[in-house]
Amino acid sequence: MLEPAAVHERLRDRFGDAVGAELVGRARTLGCRVEAARLIDVMRMLRDEPGLGFDCLSSLAGVDWPARQAIEVVYVLHSYHLGHWFAVRVETPRDDPRVPSLTGVWPAADWNEREVYDLLGVVFEGHPDLRRILMPEDWPGHPLRKDFVEPDEYHGIRTSRPSPLES
Amino acid sequence: MSLRNAAPEMALTTTIDEVLNWTRKSSLWYMMFGLACCAIEMMQTGGPRGDLERFGMAPRATPRVSDVIIVSGTLTLKMALRARRLWEQMPEPRYVISMGSCANCGGLFQLAYSVCDGVDKVIPVDVYVPGCPPRPEALIEGLVKLQEKIQHEKWLVKKTAPVGVRA
Amino acid sequence: MSLAGFEVEVQRESPHGLVTEDMTLSMGPQHPSTHGVLRFVVRADGEVMREAVPDVGYLHRSIEKIAEKVGWHGFLPYTDRVDYVAAMFCNHGWAMAAEQLANIEVPRRGEYCRVIADELCRLHSHLLAIGSTAMDIGAFTPFTHAVRERENLNDLFEELCGSRLTFHYMRIGGVGWDLPPGWGDKVLHFLDRFEPMLEEYDRLISHNKIFAERLADVAVISAQDAIAWNLVGPNLRGSGVRADVRRDDAYSIYPELDFDIPVGRGEMGTLGDSFDRYAVRLREMRESCRILHQCLEKIPDGPVIAKVPRTFKPPAGDCYVRVESARGDMGWYVVSDGTAFPHRCKIRTGSFAAISVIPTVSRGLLLADLVAVIASFDLVAPEIDR
Repeated sequence: MLEPAAVHERLRDRFGDAVGAELVGRARTLGCRVEAARLIDVMRMLRDEPGLGFDCLSSLAGVDWPARQAIEVVYVLHSYHLGHWFAVRVETPRDDPRVPSLTGVWPAADWNEREVYDLLGVVFEGHPDLRRILMPEDWPGHPLRKDFVEPDEYHGIRTSRPSPLES
Repeated sequence: MSLRNAAPEMALTTTIDEVLNWTRKSSLWYMMFGLACCAIEMMQTGGPRGDLERFGMAPRATPRVSDVIIVSGTLTLKMALRARRLWEQMPEPRYVISMGSCANCGGLFQLAYSVCDGVDKVIPVDVYVPGCPPRPEALIEGLVKLQEKIQHEKWLVKKTAPVGVRA
Repeated sequence: MSLAGFEVEVQRESPHGLVTEDMTLSMGPQHPSTHGVLRFVVRADGEVMREAVPDVGYLHRSIEKIAEKVGWHGFLPYTDRVDYVAAMFCNHGWAMAAEQLANIEVPRRGEYCRVIADELCRLHSHLLAIGSTAMDIGAFTPFTHAVRERENLNDLFEELCGSRLTFHYMRIGGVGWDLPPGWGDKVLHFLDRFEPMLEEYDRLISHNKIFAERLADVAVISAQDAIAWNLVGPNLRGSGVRADVRRDDAYSIYPELDFDIPVGRGEMGTLGDSFDRYAVRLREMRESCRILHQCLEKIPDGPVIAKVPRTFKPPAGDCYVRVESARGDMGWYVVSDGTAFPHRCKIRTGSFAAISVIPTVSRGLLLADLVAVIASFDLVAPEIDR
């Protein structure tokens, strides 16, 4: 069972500056930043290397940071047989967010990436079937973005209800 | 020539209407339109303690054979279009019970971007049952109110405007 | 829902030159099932499915976005609706995430109250799961038994926290109210009556020939596949992987309690089939009864909630906590930016992963098996759609 610091060291040895210099996060989200270009190689190493063996992609979340004009995708990885945890973060620019898809590494990434695409607008390159999953196909915009404005109506149904107290 | 609402108001015709209404209200088959949490309470009401069957209410899966649709749970915009379709597939006379806050007015999900605030935006509602979720006793009270409403309907007898209302 | 990739295949298989085509059916979103509004677009060759593709989002209530609007304390009622069949676990997950971000310690009595509520909720949820598995197969009686037992549990919950379904019992820092006087004895009385009934349900359902044959060898998932697809809870343990958050990543007072983790044994068919997943749930209920006895015996006195400010502002940072919900390991990834409103809340649920397996697992199954598979995964739509 390895501590996140040990995992981080092995990644730095292999990938150098494509991996962030310091550990960020706490407890189960302790991990490092990785450049989007080397993401798939890093994930393959984390999954296949004998001492690392992260066989489970436990969580895939997108976070919108309008202050620094970026969307961060956080991957929390777990190894069932070795019992350790590591988190990988990828930052991508907010106006054209593109991240390589991990469906070839863990099949669990498939639907999670579709959800991040649907709600935040991140395009996962190489995903076999990237389309909306939770919102209707013809929904305008990406709801979980901080600057999302709710449409006034959808197919003729008004999206707000007048309060009975105001009349 | 249709007999509907054609006869004058006499002892015979009103008694026929009362008997017809009594048969209709005692055998309301409801379509299980269980969407969310209220569906669980609707199932519990159909169970041994609440026992909807003693009112003659049998759960049906398809709208084609049901008299009343109990909309229990949150109606999202994606589902609202289908709700309208299902209601249109029910043969007349048909009634709608809106169960729970979400179906009444959107409930605590009025803050949501994807929720249709109330099922009465797409289909006309006869009885609103408040609660989150409503207790089985509350749902049964809503049902009894619907039965009272059905008892006072006019089928054979001519419909007259209420006294004092300008046409 | 676009049907890109669904081509109609024309086959000439019969020597008499009969032409067959695949049918494309739409199952749902309204259907008589407890699992909620799910839709499957099924491409079938007669009764045999080529693929069943789920179409979800009919219950997407934007709960994660609402977290950013209502604040830390105000989000707790919304967590009930994330999985209304097992609402206590969702409360617990959010409360644990907020407590980890702000380094708050819950008093011991509060932790015991939480575990008692959790395990009662696990019984509540598994009863519905087993009842609806039987109902989906076609047996209506076990469902009415399950509903009757749930009524007794509803009475206990109503006395504890005032609500039968969406509890909002837990708070950040502990629980909302202490156990009412005499309530512990009522729970013990319920368990005395319930544990023999569990054996009766086991005898009634599990060894019924039709029930066993409908579930055995259907949708076999190997341990490796289950881990790669991120299945959790009884779905994962049914494939033989002994993983449970209460043991591996023990939270609250679970390290002090003595209980087993049942895994699938392949007793009716192959290891990892639908019957194993059902059997794991049944055995988990027995373990929950054991845990409840221990907790009610050992519960100490003291306060049930820590002192938490009314305007809760945890320091900036993120955390990932897991709770062993009835449907498996529920992960809460919560990001705080130091204000009174959470920056992002992501809920990773077991049903989301389970339904994403269905296109792969449904190839070659019969249409009737699809219903059995959905029932054995114990899917609930709110966990998938949030």
